[in-house]
Amino acid sequence: MSTEVTNQNQLQARLILMLLLAPAVVWLAGLVLLPHVELAILSLRARVAPRVYEPSFAQYLTFIEEPLYWHTFVRTAVMSILATAITLLMAFPIAWTIAKLVRGRSKALLFVLCLIPFWVSETVRTLGWMILLRESGVLPDLLVTLGVTPAPVEMLYHDATILVGLVYTSMLFMVIPLISALESLDDSLIEAAYDLGGNGWSILRQIVIPHAAPGIVAGCIVVFMLTLGNYLTPTLLGGKNSQWFTEQIYTQFITRFNWEQGAAFGFLLLGLSTAIVWLGLRLSGQKFGEVMQRS
Amino acid sequence: MILSLPRPPWLRASTVIYGVIFFAFLFLPLVVVAVFAFNDAPYPAPPWRGFTLAWFLGTTPGQEGLFADTALLGSLWTSVVVACWVTVLSVLVGTANAFLIERTQFRGKQALSLLMLAPLVIPGVILGISILAFASRIANLADDLWGWELEFLRPGLPLVVLGQFAYIVSIATLTITARLKRFDITLEEAAYNLGASRAAVLTTVTLPYLQPALIGAAAISFLMSFENFNTTLMLVGSDSPLTVMMYGRMREGATPVLNAVSLFLMVASALLALTLLRGAKPSDAPPSS
Repeated sequence: MSTEVTNQNQLQARLILMLLLAPAVVWLAGLVLLPHVELAILSLRARVAPRVYEPSFAQYLTFIEEPLYWHTFVRTAVMSILATAITLLMAFPIAWTIAKLVRGRSKALLFVLCLIPFWVSETVRTLGWMILLRESGVLPDLLVTLGVTPAPVEMLYHDATILVGLVYTSMLFMVIPLISALESLDDSLIEAAYDLGGNGWSILRQIVIPHAAPGIVAGCIVVFMLTLGNYLTPTLLGGKNSQWFTEQIYTQFITRFNWEQGAAFGFLLLGLSTAIVWLGLRLSGQKFGEVMQRS
Repeated sequence: MILSLPRPPWLRASTVIYGVIFFAFLFLPLVVVAVFAFNDAPYPAPPWRGFTLAWFLGTTPGQEGLFADTALLGSLWTSVVVACWVTVLSVLVGTANAFLIERTQFRGKQALSLLMLAPLVIPGVILGISILAFASRIANLADDLWGWELEFLRPGLPLVVLGQFAYIVSIATLTITARLKRFDITLEEAAYNLGASRAAVLTTVTLPYLQPALIGAAAISFLMSFENFNTTLMLVGSDSPLTVMMYGRMREGATPVLNAVSLFLMVASALLALTLLRGAKPSDAPPSS
């Protein structure tokens, strides 16, 4: 009798496990793993005749041989690193202020103020920057009124504009992990360091930054990844000169219908973002699962 | 320097000044979008030509307001429909995933739960093209082998829903798992001891406890689906959701009707967020989007 009950319980437990496992497996296999396998196959074949394909590295060779492509690739990577660094530098003082300098209601208020812009879509935020910066926009108009420039200056379509947009778009993803990392830092450590003769700079370097390192790395990884994969901000704020790698992927896939080439570009971008994330985790001794839960 | 330490006046002053500049940077784009939604001119830029509600209510040709612009309203509706599907799928699968991670033991669980985070580090464009390529491979195969026309696997709204779901469900899973982790399992055991069935325990003990996380995950899923651009752009067919429609119009040269939609979205998402903030304690807040 009792073995029958346990057997039945075991059976029930197995059934529940299978039921819970099914959606996860369908999702991960059908929408993540297999599509990437398909992308890999696409990128490694070349069309020799209509509907006839053979394995080939032609797509990757095209990438190496055509300067436009790898220039865009390197440029996207460099701009993304730059944007990540600027975001970190801009976010740190605000995160510090919110985590350590304000208390109670004003703390909650400042925190919510940081969140608000990100409740609206990137399209809306980019539209705002376009209205601000275009030749007939608010800032050029203001500069003329103030007499700084004789005629309106076009502020869109520069690299600096793209950087502003990218930094703006990713700010939240830096501020939040920084705040949570800095909040866990015990004030008494800083007081002790101050009593022992430390100054602002040495305390920052020897206590604050080592303590906040997990948050810094988490923020940097997420921001870098989002920037690298961004399409909207570079194309709208950079116009025809934006030369962003996701734009190349879009062109190959949607405009030219050259899926093989687009797939190869996709893999190169994925490889780059994976390599940087891995390197960031490696250098900081963090674990992927923990970092993603923080951010 | 922290509060308890003496701070020189220049440091205090620069903290305040930096804070003001930082928040100006954050809010300036939103403020201009909101302000120019009311400008009586055919373009969203200075000079200011007087206040008008025409970009919301107007019906005259050349100054069609948001509520007369059927294309724009249609894409808004498309976004709502897509977001509802993504929300339902993400919360259901996210809940199942949370129970899978927290309550079951099986070989390869560690690897599976890491894999569940992978969509968060795949750029949206790549997720989009890979799903596009895989779906059309299946569609072509079905066509070649059996002559079936699997229309839903061609670019269009079903693929948009799947593409957005593929990574939003990761976030829903994280949110719900975080709450389930803090659940005191003895509550369930007590209920079992008192003779409750599995189903009764689930509906009267566990799910009510999870409710804030479920609502939070639903709200986050809805907002993220509504805002998603990268994945959507790759999978979209003839019906564009709002972000794709706005992108197209912004490339052509925007009129203030886009500002009007934007303001409408700002107010809507602010209301949604405020309702949630009132409902949930800060500790239940879902991770950032």
